[in-house]
Amino acid sequence: MRGGRVVKGVQFVDIIDAGDPAELAHRHAAAGADEVVLLDITATHEGRGTLLDTVRRAAAKLFVPFTVGGGVRTADDAAAVFNAGADKVSINSAAIARPQLIGEIGSSFGAQAVIVAIDARRGAKLPEEAEVYVSGGRKPTGLRVVEWAREAESRGAGEILLTSMDTDGMRDGFDCELTAAVSESVQIPVIASGGAGSAAHFAEVFGRGKADAALAASIFHFGVTSSRELKAQLASAGVSVRLPC
Amino acid sequence: MIAVIDYKAGNLTSVVKALRYLDARDVVVTQSPDVVRGADKVVLPGVGHFQATQLLASLGLTEAIRESLAKGASFLGICVGLQWLFEGSTEAPGTPGLGAFAGMCEHFPAKEIKQIDGKEIAVELKSPHVGWNSLENIRSDSHLLRGVANGSFVYFTHSWRAPVVSATAAVTNYGGAFTSTVERKNVMGVQFHPEKSADVGLRVFRNFVEL
Repeated sequence: MRGGRVVKGVQFVDIIDAGDPAELAHRHAAAGADEVVLLDITATHEGRGTLLDTVRRAAAKLFVPFTVGGGVRTADDAAAVFNAGADKVSINSAAIARPQLIGEIGSSFGAQAVIVAIDARRGAKLPEEAEVYVSGGRKPTGLRVVEWAREAESRGAGEILLTSMDTDGMRDGFDCELTAAVSESVQIPVIASGGAGSAAHFAEVFGRGKADAALAASIFHFGVTSSRELKAQLASAGVSVRLPC
Repeated sequence: MIAVIDYKAGNLTSVVKALRYLDARDVVVTQSPDVVRGADKVVLPGVGHFQATQLLASLGLTEAIRESLAKGASFLGICVGLQWLFEGSTEAPGTPGLGAFAGMCEHFPAKEIKQIDGKEIAVELKSPHVGWNSLENIRSDSHLLRGVANGSFVYFTHSWRAPVVSATAAVTNYGGAFTSTVERKNVMGVQFHPEKSADVGLRVFRNFVEL
């Protein structure tokens, strides 16, 4: 989300409009999404808080887990997002700036409510050498993705949302090697993101990529497929999914 | 009136939202023992540490709940709220549960035994158990799960689990079977989050509201 609208980019740039957040959230849930994630992608960059009214509208009739990220810098910010109807917050730049934030939110709302989002870029390098980026993918941190994932877990993160900036928006498949490297180095669930283009990509990331869950945006927003169609294809490929949904 | 107990364990917003969405009348969020005594239905939500249930005793809510159960009020514990119906949890050994059902809640095992190519192999079991999983062996006389089919998926997030007992109304398998729904007369609990379990969850709430 940017400026109160759902947007989607390619490798974090070339961002185009995809619609109204509340309407898309309900549409995706009705189409069988297992969870809905709303990321306010310019909140940190613009130095403002999350758009709470939008969160409230999106949460109003949503009865699947709802994660909100972007602009959560303190435990109080997180509390405001929970009060607006989110079940989990996703923290990224703020957790890098002040890793104690993970534990602070967890101690009030439980570890299950804290997702640490990691935006990763590795280019042609090995998965172990992938670097963490912050501020909507604008700033490199010098941190290694695998090491930061381990630290986030030890500080009490409940899940890791791992987005590959290399594959984001390309619809050419997830970065399975990177996902597997992170998934094998932590106990907590890892959600793979970036690159979904087909059911085969999901089957790949659940298998070879060892992901516990996968997130997609473009293919759902732009009607390439629905969660229900996708799950039917995954089920016939032998992946355990929530059906009927 | 439905009293939703606020014991400062996580987030009540979505439970209240779901009950109101179903047009439940008179949903009151409360910490008051008197309000609980006057309610026809009591909901004890909770995501968080078992230790948080200590507040129920210190606020006099445990006694109020016992009294309202004895008078026949319907009770629904969710997540830690279900676990609290048992004798206690190894998560907080010094904090007793209500003891309506026998047994202690325990942490998921670190490993589970899987049959791979005819051999028994111990594989790591991730904990917490987060995500969608299915309800199995649903008891046909369950009021809470009326109209819910075996194999229906619901949303979980927890690291401790309740044992299977005679009052178990459905189990879920994760490192073995655990109680995902318990029901004996007016005392009910679900380990999953109906407020996050889409249509199946709303059905469970509707069944409870219509009791």
